[in-house]
Amino acid sequence: MLLQPLAGIGGKANGLFSRVGLAGRFLLETVYYSGMCLRRPRLVIKEIYFVGVLSLAIIVVSGLFVGMVLGLQMYDTLDRFGSGEVVGMVVALSLVRELGPVLSAILFASRAGSAVTAEIGLMRATEQISAMEMMAIQPIARVVTPRFWAGVISLPLLTSIFNVTGILGGYLVAVNLLGVDGGMFWSEMQDSVDFRLDIMNGFDKSVIFAIAVSLVAVFEGYHATATAEGVSRATTRTVVISALLVLGLDFVLTAFMFRGI
Amino acid sequence: MKYSMLDLWVGLFIVVGVAAIVFLSLRVANQTTLRANETYSVTAEFDNIGGLKVRAPVRSAGVTVGRIADIYLDTTTFKAVVKLEIEEQFPFSSDTSASILTAGLLGEQYVSLQAGVDTETLSDGDDIWLTSSAMVLENLISNFMFNAASEGDQ
Amino acid sequence: MSADSSQSLLPDLLVEIRSVSFGYENNLVLRNIDLTVRRGQVVAILGPSGCGKTTLLRLIGGQLKPSRGEVMVDGLAVPQLDRDDLFQLRRKMGMLFQFGALFTDLSVFENVAFQMREHTDLPEEMITDLVLMKLHAVGLRGAHELMPAELSGGMARRVALARAIALDPMLILYDEPFAGLDPISLGVVSKLIRTLNDALGTTSVIVTHDVATSLDIVDYVYLISDGRVVAHGRVEEIRASSDPFVQQFIKGEADGPVAFHYPTGDYASMIFPGHGD
Repeated sequence: MLLQPLAGIGGKANGLFSRVGLAGRFLLETVYYSGMCLRRPRLVIKEIYFVGVLSLAIIVVSGLFVGMVLGLQMYDTLDRFGSGEVVGMVVALSLVRELGPVLSAILFASRAGSAVTAEIGLMRATEQISAMEMMAIQPIARVVTPRFWAGVISLPLLTSIFNVTGILGGYLVAVNLLGVDGGMFWSEMQDSVDFRLDIMNGFDKSVIFAIAVSLVAVFEGYHATATAEGVSRATTRTVVISALLVLGLDFVLTAFMFRGI
Repeated sequence: MKYSMLDLWVGLFIVVGVAAIVFLSLRVANQTTLRANETYSVTAEFDNIGGLKVRAPVRSAGVTVGRIADIYLDTTTFKAVVKLEIEEQFPFSSDTSASILTAGLLGEQYVSLQAGVDTETLSDGDDIWLTSSAMVLENLISNFMFNAASEGDQ
Repeated sequence: MSADSSQSLLPDLLVEIRSVSFGYENNLVLRNIDLTVRRGQVVAILGPSGCGKTTLLRLIGGQLKPSRGEVMVDGLAVPQLDRDDLFQLRRKMGMLFQFGALFTDLSVFENVAFQMREHTDLPEEMITDLVLMKLHAVGLRGAHELMPAELSGGMARRVALARAIALDPMLILYDEPFAGLDPISLGVVSKLIRTLNDALGTTSVIVTHDVATSLDIVDYVYLISDGRVVAHGRVEEIRASSDPFVQQFIKGEADGPVAFHYPTGDYASMIFPGHGD
């Protein structure tokens, strides 16, 4: 009797581990069947339109506002120490190292990841996946891999666009609103942002987040229960798991990349 | 949606994305500020460099003229050897002096160059002989206290 | 198992299902089913909802493996095939899913062209000709630019039919092809199934609970209930059968061997818990 709650936890943990294992296998299968994307790049291009181009608006607007808020908040604090002009550096470093990759990945998961999950889940619910199997077409090759690679290609580009609009938003607030000198804004930034340490590491982060979020999206869709309720649950799970995964991975990656700095 | 429109949008998206990466690399990061210009490197020995770090600026009369390329300890003299990379367009006389200063009260430390009167200029691989070390706050305080104490004895 | 049973005794049998069971030990969906389909025939598998008909279809297509017994299609033991051979076999099969299962992101034309693009290197002009030919066969050549969302249920079913015959399969499997159609579409689809089967010289297996429509077009009938074959024979034989289950099923009576009530306790004792004491 006393052990019952523990058994429940054990069962949940067991389920979690087997799901992680299943996802790992699914990733290998996805990579294995990626040949079709190379033979027919058009399949990927079409998906880049849906996950990348259609996410541009939310990425640009969010990036702009995040940069502007960062500019306002940081200037307020920095100005107390008489160093308001380093606001450009603070905005750029926060965006490039942390906020850009993390926020873009979470926005991408909610905008594009959920759509991919719902689409693949509905294909399963309406037997389109079964139909493909019966036509002797491997659904992972035809349906999963183009969406996966489209996500992996799109998110790092979206992250870079997010960073740039964020920095421009910070510039707008700091220079046009708060009267920081424009030249100082850029030069303080360029003094402190390192190409390899900051830009490259931030870019690497976004690539890893892209793989994680895209995998979660296609995995949850492909393994959705074939009902309306199952698809809606899978969509929710994509957003929740992606967000947690991105934040958790961010901590681990930051610990490796920026330790001692 | 026709395929051609779709291709156009995806192409545009990739171009904008790559442009963003280029912007971050060239305009935001300091990677090219030196790479674009030719530099020559000189070394300077200091008793104490305080909190000076690699990639910190080298300034003369407040103008950034180069960066710290390397810092290491000379194990025979036990002095800190600082390698400075100075842009080719800024020639300095061979009797130039180098000192480690702090930008603002709590700001970062940098190397300041004070040009001398010699007609000969520093070239690649030369040493700067006249150096003054960083001011270390603890030393200043202990000096001050020691002086105060000895004054009190009298 | 004798050597004979692994290979077809009669060459004109396209599908042979021998003593197949499917499911868990205490919850069998199919019990000891024997079923054969001759080449060129249209065979209906009839039965009430939830009796395991669709499972049977999935066994033939190799999407499920039987717990016991053999499934042979065109002389090949389906459950024993590896993935490549199974896919090779499936290229010779067409399947019409319950609600069409059209690819919602592709136009009608692209849906029908799908397998040609995936499996062949035919030039674009030839694909266009073939697709329009298939669509013409189901009377929807004019609808080739529409998206699946713009089609009515009956039209979607016909497009799915055109897609199923795209590569001229030797066997077409129909999963509830008549479900949810208005009387006119029903007539169109059922007539198409028969005429296409004869025109293309293929074999068709129809899983349905629509007795009246299917008896009009098929050659042979299997009646399945509770995972067992309860009756089979030519259409006239089935119509003439005196078996109470067959009569209940083809006449659509509410109560009979298939009980109206879900198995439960005595009604009175449920309403008045103390009553039975």
